[in-house]
Amino acid sequence: MSGLAVTGAEVRYGDLVAVDDVDLAVAPGEIVALLGASGSGKSSLLRGVAGLEPLTAGRVCWSGDDLSSVPVHKRGFGMMFQDGQLFAHLSVEGNIAYGLFREPKQLRRERVTELLDVVGLAGYGKRRVSELSGGQAQRVALARSLAPRPRLLLLDEPLSALDRNLREHLVGVLADALHTTGTTALYVTHDQDEAFALADRVGVMENGRLLQTDAPAVLWRHPDSQAVAAFLGYGPFVTGEVSQRLGGPDAPADRLVGIGPAALLPDSGGVVLPLIEQRYQRGEVLVGVQLPDDQPATVRLPEKVPDATLQVSLDAAGCVSVPVG
Amino acid sequence: MLLPVGFLAVFFAWPVAGLIGRGFVVDGDFTLGGLRDVLAAPRTWRIIGQTLGLAVVGTAAAVLLGIPGAYLLYRCRFPGRGLVRALVSVPFVLPTVVVGVAFRSLFAAQGPLAGLGLDETFAAIVVALVFFNYSVIVRTVGALWSRLDPRAAEAARVLGASPVRVFVTVTLPSIAPAVLSGASLVFLFCATAFGIVMVMGGVGFGTIETEIWYQTTQLLDLPAAAALSIVQLVVVAGALSVAARARTRAEQALRLRGDDTAEQPWRARRDLLPTVITAAVVVVLLGVPMISLVVRSFVTADGWGLRNYQLLATTGEGSLSVPVWTAAVNSLVIAGQACALAVLLGVLVSLVASRRPRRRVLSGGVKLLDAAFMLPLGVSAVTVGFGFLITLNRPPFDLRTSPILIPIAQAIVALPLVVRTLLPVLRAIDPHQREAAAMLGSGPGRVLATIDGALALRGLGLAVGFAFATSLGEFGATSFLSRPDHPTLPVVIFRLIGRPGADNFGMALAASVILAVVTAAVMAAAELVRPREAEL
Repeated sequence: MSGLAVTGAEVRYGDLVAVDDVDLAVAPGEIVALLGASGSGKSSLLRGVAGLEPLTAGRVCWSGDDLSSVPVHKRGFGMMFQDGQLFAHLSVEGNIAYGLFREPKQLRRERVTELLDVVGLAGYGKRRVSELSGGQAQRVALARSLAPRPRLLLLDEPLSALDRNLREHLVGVLADALHTTGTTALYVTHDQDEAFALADRVGVMENGRLLQTDAPAVLWRHPDSQAVAAFLGYGPFVTGEVSQRLGGPDAPADRLVGIGPAALLPDSGGVVLPLIEQRYQRGEVLVGVQLPDDQPATVRLPEKVPDATLQVSLDAAGCVSVPVG
Repeated sequence: MLLPVGFLAVFFAWPVAGLIGRGFVVDGDFTLGGLRDVLAAPRTWRIIGQTLGLAVVGTAAAVLLGIPGAYLLYRCRFPGRGLVRALVSVPFVLPTVVVGVAFRSLFAAQGPLAGLGLDETFAAIVVALVFFNYSVIVRTVGALWSRLDPRAAEAARVLGASPVRVFVTVTLPSIAPAVLSGASLVFLFCATAFGIVMVMGGVGFGTIETEIWYQTTQLLDLPAAAALSIVQLVVVAGALSVAARARTRAEQALRLRGDDTAEQPWRARRDLLPTVITAAVVVVLLGVPMISLVVRSFVTADGWGLRNYQLLATTGEGSLSVPVWTAAVNSLVIAGQACALAVLLGVLVSLVASRRPRRRVLSGGVKLLDAAFMLPLGVSAVTVGFGFLITLNRPPFDLRTSPILIPIAQAIVALPLVVRTLLPVLRAIDPHQREAAAMLGSGPGRVLATIDGALALRGLGLAVGFAFATSLGEFGATSFLSRPDHPTLPVVIFRLIGRPGADNFGMALAASVILAVVTAAVMAAAELVRPREAEL
């Protein structure tokens, strides 16, 4: 099979198992995002694929060739680091051309110009790295890692050091750059908006294990487990009986209903629930209510509620069913 | 890697071990008799007492005066600060013989301060040691202080602490590792001072270092010299281990605070006291001896004139075997060779010692290497010089008559300074930078050249300056190895100052000025490219 194939990968730091028996495949041209909280092992897995961290078990293959004993610089992979890691002693141009040292000079110059265009920094070649803003530095880092045309680009939380507005803008720049260059990529992030915006498939990691890998829509609609659903923002999880009392879907005894972020709706014919708290978030009011099984849940409203209770009903379209545990 | 280790083994470990061994082996038998005799002699204990006394008092004075200096020159911003910093750093690189001559010119019979009666006294030597080491404290403490996050002190102020209380409870504990690190270096330099004590001490004062010289060259009592070398090794190892521990703590402290400089504009109300103290130190302690040296070098028997400098073209009526200018040229050539050797070895050692291997055995090896190459900083240069004479005089290394011995000995002495300049620069490289280079297809060789090498270049200018200046002024080892027909400038100065006659003293002053000017010029050029991370 072609592309990246990771089988049974394990990374240990002493007694700590950071990556635990992970299987993962990335087809040529595909972008796969790994989603997980910090400490979930996603960066360790990425470093294992790159060869920066030795695998204590398992294999990394590209198109059937085992790369386990191939040193970092001969794997033909590229990496974009969280903090850019630009070389401060080189100019923007020097940084982007760094990986092109085997190419003739003319070709190098053309490729640098081309990539500065791709990341929207045409004319910045002669600048010093220290003169760049955070967002510009990450764009140069992207251009640098794309320049040698790596057969696989590994991106290690490349946007997490930037503030929110810049991040949302640069996700677009990244997606465009990866698609126009047809780059195969493995993208590690803790931000599901980034993952869903960029990736063809998204994998969720927890405690070193890869729980589920699927296309964004499939992952969102059919999470395999309560852990995956909870990481995506579903919750609380209620029994079929409680769900039905709220007007939601039924579930068998071995499954729970996960309430999605917009599944509880105000409804004058719905169940009366006591309010816990109300606060503003980006133009909406998040209203905390207490469910019949005493779990807290959130309803989104345009205005604050003047009363101590709220009538709500559960929308089946916003809920998922997951196995207990 | 084998090159520097082999070099250190042949040209440092073997001669030192050879000399020490000579003390324990009498007529082919191993004996501790020599050591016992030396340790039983009251003279030995007087010398050890004087050494420790000089070192303790000198260090304490340097620290007390250096802390206000560090504050003013690294924490406050004011016009002309760069100039003052440069002035302050000059004494450290001045050849010890020159420092000795400068203070002799102050305190000796015809000197401007002769009335104080300080010539050949404990106090005079301490003053010279503080003159020499002041900048070490200013620089080590200042480098940390300039990056100390001011918000901790601000938090204490907001909680109601007075400025004095803030200094004692917040600032002092934060800079303590740097103070300790600088103090242990100063202690080391004071305890092993040779040139200054030789020139200023007269017959009344000696350190372990001058005593080793006296026992070996004057009394030919090798067991005594060997025993003293061992005592000195113990003192040095102690000071070095305190320095190493303090340095580790200082690096950790820095990591907590990030790299932002925390300088503030100078304010009269707040900064008056440190300013007054520092101004007094700069003018009285540092300025007066240097100016006095220059001024008195123009004093001749018949008023002001250039006679002393004109005499440098002569042998001083037979006091010397060659004219002083010839010795100056010798010095430059030898320093050039020593500098090339020290920098080559220093770069290799630093590249290896800056690695952080994953395997514990290797990382232990790296620590050991780092420590091994610091030893020449403290082991008596006299021991090295004399060790050369007695071990490198027969096959496989029969180099006794070879002119290459002096540059080799000077390179050994300069090596620790080169390493302490380059290593911090290399250690400051984020390991991710090497990973980024590898991810872009660079093999280990290209990573070394384009990442480590490119950044080490920033420290290279200063390293070359240190190596050249140190070699130029090196006196301890050179005094053993230089042949009468091929002396260096410090050796010539020492010989001149030991001879009677106004002309000889005048020539010594003039030659000292020349040596000081060349050294200061070399260091001034090197300081222009100083990397922020350098430790000395």
